[in-house]
Amino acid sequence: MSNEEILHEKPLVVHESDHASHEHHKQSFISKYIFSQDHKMISRQFLVTGIIWAVIGGLFSVIFRLQLGFPDQTFPILEDLFGHWAQGGRLDPEFYYALVTMHGTILVFFVLTAGLSGTFSNYLIPLQIGARDMASPFLNMLSYWFFFAASIVMFSSLFLTTGPASGGWTIYPPLSALGDAMDGSKSGMDFWLASMALFIISTLLGGLNYITTILNMRTKGMFMTRLPLTIWAFLFTAILGVLTFPVLLSAVVLLLFDRHLGTSFYLSDIVINGKILPNQGGSPILFQHLFWFLGHPEVYIIALPAMGITSEVISTNSRKPIFGYMAMVGSFFAIAILSFLVWAHHMFVSGLNPFLGSFFVLFTLLIAVPSAIKVFNWLTTLWKGNIHFTPAMLFAIGFVSLFISGGLTGIWLGNSTLDLHLHDTYFVIAHFHLVMGVASMFGMFAGIYHWYPKMFGRFMNNTLSYMHFWTTFIGAYLIFWPMHYEGLAGMPRRYYDFSNWESFKMFAGLNTFISIVAMIVFAAQFLFIFNFFYSIYKGRKLTEKNKNPWAGTTMEWTTPIHPPHGNWIGEIPEVYRWPYDYGKDGRDYIPQTEPIGAEEKQH
Amino acid sequence: MIVAMNKEKKIIHPLKFVMYAACASIVMIFAGLSSAYLVKRNQGNWITYDVPVIFYYSTAIIILSSVTLLLSRRAFINRQMRQYKMWLFFTVVLGFTFVLLQYFGFKELWASGITITRNVSFSFLYVIVGVHALHVLGGVIALLVMYLKSHSRKRKNYDQIYIDLMNTYWHFVDFLWIYLLIFLVYIG
Repeated sequence: MSNEEILHEKPLVVHESDHASHEHHKQSFISKYIFSQDHKMISRQFLVTGIIWAVIGGLFSVIFRLQLGFPDQTFPILEDLFGHWAQGGRLDPEFYYALVTMHGTILVFFVLTAGLSGTFSNYLIPLQIGARDMASPFLNMLSYWFFFAASIVMFSSLFLTTGPASGGWTIYPPLSALGDAMDGSKSGMDFWLASMALFIISTLLGGLNYITTILNMRTKGMFMTRLPLTIWAFLFTAILGVLTFPVLLSAVVLLLFDRHLGTSFYLSDIVINGKILPNQGGSPILFQHLFWFLGHPEVYIIALPAMGITSEVISTNSRKPIFGYMAMVGSFFAIAILSFLVWAHHMFVSGLNPFLGSFFVLFTLLIAVPSAIKVFNWLTTLWKGNIHFTPAMLFAIGFVSLFISGGLTGIWLGNSTLDLHLHDTYFVIAHFHLVMGVASMFGMFAGIYHWYPKMFGRFMNNTLSYMHFWTTFIGAYLIFWPMHYEGLAGMPRRYYDFSNWESFKMFAGLNTFISIVAMIVFAAQFLFIFNFFYSIYKGRKLTEKNKNPWAGTTMEWTTPIHPPHGNWIGEIPEVYRWPYDYGKDGRDYIPQTEPIGAEEKQH
Repeated sequence: MIVAMNKEKKIIHPLKFVMYAACASIVMIFAGLSSAYLVKRNQGNWITYDVPVIFYYSTAIIILSSVTLLLSRRAFINRQMRQYKMWLFFTVVLGFTFVLLQYFGFKELWASGITITRNVSFSFLYVIVGVHALHVLGGVIALLVMYLKSHSRKRKNYDQIYIDLMNTYWHFVDFLWIYLLIFLVYIG
């Protein structure tokens, strides 16, 4: 099937005029904005849904930070909002767990997987490789609607009488397998599982499309070695997703059997309320293995797109070729392979055989090598560059900073001996929030600020963007840096109230400080949200002269300002060079679509 | 011009590639279940069993259905539409028979006291065979749709791609079953 047939489904008749092929492509409101098969619209749907989820997930963290920062105070507004979940203005402990669980689930899956990879894979893959659309626009549309259905199910679980799932985002059995264990293990858990099953289907449909499109639909001359690094990142992300999410599906199926059909895959020798359960012979550790076989690659599913976007943004705004293109690709590959071999480092304290653990320590520490290669390549790309501090560039540099700060503590946690002490403390919270949570959010912001003019044909407001960046960047460090100290002192995660412990009383002030900063940072995100939606309608418009505002070399900037479904009017341009010809032969940049000149040095 | 685009070099049809990748991800579901099976089996409290004889019959049926599907594909390529429809029909029937036989296999197991909750080894047997049967059932539905479409008077399909996709998927679930049967019989 050629690129043309994908849009029209029937073999094409040759058109006389360049525009004719799109004139009969009139779309109704529903087929254009709702059940759209255009990858650009699907991408924007993913983005907006992701933003809504980010607000909800972020709000939850603010609410449970209220409890952590001010454990002895009451907030009557909470009772108005949550009713019996916050009687007398104090969060119910069960509800606190629900908030923590949903914060993790929402941010990891709905924002940083669907919102990040869904948005940018969809938007950039066809545009940057020179394709009219995805390999299967229909499956692509289904991918979004499965995500939407998953969102609806997860969102409705928030309104159940017994509350949403509350066994932690990792839903370890037996808590998640036994409805009698607590309120959050009742129907909230079923909603969680149903939602996640839909979400897995969405990710698979999306991932299949991304891989196929990248491997099969590139325009003439776009060899794999000429792909922008964003595309390489999306390729490895999709491969990881397609190979690991099915394993989570198996785990979920077994869990559903345990919950409803009385099997004992994960259950053995359990007493609830003095009643001995008949379940025999299961193993909760089995679930942990299956979960983390997805769970760890999931971390890279979140981080790789952010790395790809960062590479692209840093190179463009330093006006320099990316340093070590092949090393970047190689380290993507190495990270993808290693991510399959490290899952048990989440289970060092589960009674894992220490001999087995030593292999997982080795592989875990090996990930530092490709990660360091990437970091050094970003730094050397910045080195002596003609740096343009656009908002996207600031966020990209912020990503590198956060990735280093969070990545270094990964070396601590990857050692099983140190992990015995640090496991499930605030040290872990600080580590993963910096290295994949906030860092990937920064990658996402970099992507949004960088490609916003392409997505909407208008600019975002710079002043608001800078305010957004500095508040978020400083705030992120102020929130998560102190958590390292709390974690080293042994302060455990997921606890509701620390004021009863003599050892953790000294952190009361610090916890209040963290909570206040968290609120400020959350509030600052509304600068972005306002800016985002306001600029769609009122932002400064791109002009034909300025349609490549960041002077990028990649193909998406060769399309019209508002690309039609099909992206290019007339032929898809041919590609003659790699995407990083910045500052070559005395020229600021040379687009990929420009033929190699007679006297030009070749790469 | 647009004509030029159709000459773009393609190594493999994109939809075929989607199907291969989808098969890979289905493999991962069963890899997850198989490895869970092995891990659990080595932790003791495991009762071995013999797979019901019906499963061997169903194996013969699904292999036969792969053959009839291949025959229908050949007939399609040769534009022998009557034979194409006939072999497709047989495949639908055989596929449905397979699912039915798996169900009877379950019934036989259940009657002999091997219920899903008795031991985790039996739970695994039900889940693995059941999840596979669901994949076959999906294939049967797709085959049925294809068969009904082949009778449509309004639309004639001469595009081989959907035939090829169906073949890939069907032979894939066929091989998957053979693997699972060998796994269940030898590992027990």
